[in-house]
Amino acid sequence: MSAVSENRELATVSLIGARIPKMDAPEKASGRARYIHDLQLPGMLHAKILRSAHVHAKIVAIDTSQAKKLPGVHAVITAADVPWQRPIGVAKDHLPLKPDRVRSLRDEIAAVAADTPEIAEAALGLIRVEYEPLPVLTDATAALEPGAPLIHADRPGNIAMTFDYSHGDVGQGEAESDVVVEDVFRLHYVTHCCMGVSGVIAEFEPNGNLRLYSNTQVPFLHKREFAELLGIDPGRIRIIQPPIGGAFGSKLDIYPFEPIAIFLARITRRPVKLVFTREEEFLASPTRQPVLFRLRSGCRKDGTLTFRVAETLHDNGAYTSWGATTPFVMMQTVSSLYRVPHCKYHTRAVYTNNPYAGSFRGYGNLQATFAVEAHMDRLADAIGMDPLEFRLKNAQEPGETTPQGMHFRTCGLKDCLKSAAERSGYVEKRRAYRARQMDANPVKRGIGMASMLHVGGGAKIYPSDGCGTILKLDDFAHVTLITGASEIGQGSETVLAELVCEELGLPIAAVTVVNNDTDITPWDVGVHASRTTFIAGNSAIGAARKAKAKILAAAAAKSGHAPEALDLRGGFVVLKASGERVIELGKLIRSLHFQDKAELVMTTHYYEPPSKHQDRGFKGDVSAAYAWATQVCEVEVDTQTGIVRLLRVTGAHDVGRVLNRLGIEGQIEGGVVMGQGYALTENLIVEAGAIRNPCFRDYKLVTAPEIPEIDVEFIETMDGEGPQGAKGVGEAPAICIAAAVANAIENATGVRITALPFTPENVYRALRGAAQPPQWRPAD
Amino acid sequence: MPARIDIEFTLNGVRTRASVPPAMSTLAMLREVLGLTGTKYACGEGECGACTILVDGRSVNSCLMFAAECDGREILTIEGLAATERGERLVRAFTDAGAVQCGFCTPGLVMQASALLAADPQPSEAEIRRAIEGNLCRCTGYRKIIDAIVAASSGPDPALAAAGEGQ
Repeated sequence: MSAVSENRELATVSLIGARIPKMDAPEKASGRARYIHDLQLPGMLHAKILRSAHVHAKIVAIDTSQAKKLPGVHAVITAADVPWQRPIGVAKDHLPLKPDRVRSLRDEIAAVAADTPEIAEAALGLIRVEYEPLPVLTDATAALEPGAPLIHADRPGNIAMTFDYSHGDVGQGEAESDVVVEDVFRLHYVTHCCMGVSGVIAEFEPNGNLRLYSNTQVPFLHKREFAELLGIDPGRIRIIQPPIGGAFGSKLDIYPFEPIAIFLARITRRPVKLVFTREEEFLASPTRQPVLFRLRSGCRKDGTLTFRVAETLHDNGAYTSWGATTPFVMMQTVSSLYRVPHCKYHTRAVYTNNPYAGSFRGYGNLQATFAVEAHMDRLADAIGMDPLEFRLKNAQEPGETTPQGMHFRTCGLKDCLKSAAERSGYVEKRRAYRARQMDANPVKRGIGMASMLHVGGGAKIYPSDGCGTILKLDDFAHVTLITGASEIGQGSETVLAELVCEELGLPIAAVTVVNNDTDITPWDVGVHASRTTFIAGNSAIGAARKAKAKILAAAAAKSGHAPEALDLRGGFVVLKASGERVIELGKLIRSLHFQDKAELVMTTHYYEPPSKHQDRGFKGDVSAAYAWATQVCEVEVDTQTGIVRLLRVTGAHDVGRVLNRLGIEGQIEGGVVMGQGYALTENLIVEAGAIRNPCFRDYKLVTAPEIPEIDVEFIETMDGEGPQGAKGVGEAPAICIAAAVANAIENATGVRITALPFTPENVYRALRGAAQPPQWRPAD
Repeated sequence: MPARIDIEFTLNGVRTRASVPPAMSTLAMLREVLGLTGTKYACGEGECGACTILVDGRSVNSCLMFAAECDGREILTIEGLAATERGERLVRAFTDAGAVQCGFCTPGLVMQASALLAADPQPSEAEIRRAIEGNLCRCTGYRKIIDAIVAASSGPDPALAAAGEGQ
């Protein structure tokens, strides 16, 4: 059987839930995919950036004269060369090239474009900068103290952002409590470590239009931002996204290197490529936001939660990127993962001279879940109830609208809890391991669980959440699917093709996906918030259904059958009831083109369904659907060394419906291991504003021998608004691991550790009472 | 030290000459002088495995090897491997197992897997994990990469089997 006919056979059965290999895997695995790093344009120059030598200082003078004389150097620029530059970032609080003051070690002072990266690097060494050091502020609590130096003169009290939310009356909740617990948690710095380092190529066309080869996750939003930056019409900016070597949220914002490459391209009138070294990637790309988190929670003896009061302090770093807005997600977990009748949440994100934090898979939810799920265990223990039973008693259910205003049309939390607990043997093992805490064996076992709630149907972060699709059918029933959805490795092109093929009864091989050029693709908000399958998937289905209606109407006219009696399967128009073939799809389309002069280009869009947007007090809905999960982690703790091994992760994920089983397993496994790194190995060490371990030798990613056994069950709640019932899943699997590991370590040792990461040194100290637990020192 | 060193070696089965600066790495030579961009830079100091190539059959981080050291040796890159039956089989196994997401680490892992299977056609899972320990992947969590190498190591080569059926 030929491959084509075999594929056609396969397409007669549903593709939903099948294991569909990623469409671009062969070109990536064979080294043929051309990432930004691999592109070489004629006449292209290479750029490098000079960064600050001080954590906080005035720039007194910059001398670039020697650098400019170096053979092969085309341009050396400082802020003085681009007086028209404008502030960038979420709060528009910094200029790409710093004119008179540096506020962190990553700050950009000058940049060089040269014939080769080596010449550009050599030129950096010839630039002389005179600084006048300023007082350094590298502690978030100190930044709040009266009289603390101001990082930005126009931001009093060093406050970058605040978030306040409340429902009910926490005083009443506390009065009604039989048990109250309070802890301070400290969540550390980690960073994305995309295997493909940051890079961009900027090129001005002779007509003055900007063409950008970019790794951005939000091309359409960035068109506008770059246009504002350059003072040109956004319509004159084209963003092309070559395959992207990992993103995980790191590419949601504009960072200075992108405008700097654009400035150099404008000044030299040549294409300019700027690619980071790995060290630079560690030093000058965003981090996950470090958080100090004070949580007070209570419950009744019968196991009913009564209240929660959360206060968090976020080290924003020197400038504001998306990290500052993660409290928006954190408060959802605090208020609505479980039923909490009275809740108060207060956050301050403060400026310091530290590296600045961006968005990172999970968007604050790893931090919030770490605190909330520690308290679920502590409260259960305090009233002598099994933690599973305690969680089930307080878990959300389908149809509920929380006091915050989030409406859960589908909610599989209770099924997730039961499935993960049963398959892992949670209740029995937890009891058995606790009994072994005091025995002679220094190597302990522990089991812990954590659940999560996350957006799964888009996110109302921007005023609108939508995606457009153009679907084109050629003469041979080949489909070109042109989508606004960006691909960062998560497999969107494959799942979108699958959804289209399911409607049109075609094999995956019949589809080409175009998804990386703003001059071609329709509008989309961007790839973030686990939204692409949901939003872009619904949009793609809409286009496919339009095509199907057109095709079946034409087939009905030609065959005399009613359109409702017809269907598309296996590359044919068939009778729906019997499956009998009426006409080959390609033949029908040819006749439509040649005889009927039909238009076979479908356009459509999908916007998230109307719902109550959040008001200024954060009450309202944030997503069309919510994803749920429970993960149970089993660990081994060597109390002699502090080494914690993650043995097994048993997960249950409410994903709405499994579309591509291979793809969703990959998302879960990858997320679990990323969560493992967050819990156990990864630690970006920031001391006095400097990153001390900017390399993979000292920043420890999880490697293949260390991964746990992973067992996942999918809870299919068939969300009515989801594409084929599916909800988003991209961020979910990373969220619970650290929280579940903390609970497992407590089960193994009897010691509750409230600060991450659980590196051997930290665990060893904590087990011996030699670790200083996190303290809450900010004035209230 | 001379400004450039002339070297001659076998690259993906083809005799190749290059003139390289003494301090240039093999990785830089492959990507920038010879235009073979399938071998990736991701750390430049031998910590991630994205630049893995085979030198006389042994897997090497090409960022840690001077280009001049290629003289007289047999070099295989992902472009050369992908054009062989073993390479095609590995690419297919990685694809079918779902072992590729962003794909940036994948060529290095395919090279590493090829070196492993050349030395031991039927490695245990523990041996596979150990063999790819030096290759970092941020997307997949490694599970499906291990599955892919297990699949590539067991049973008859599917491409050969299919060709046999066709005759």
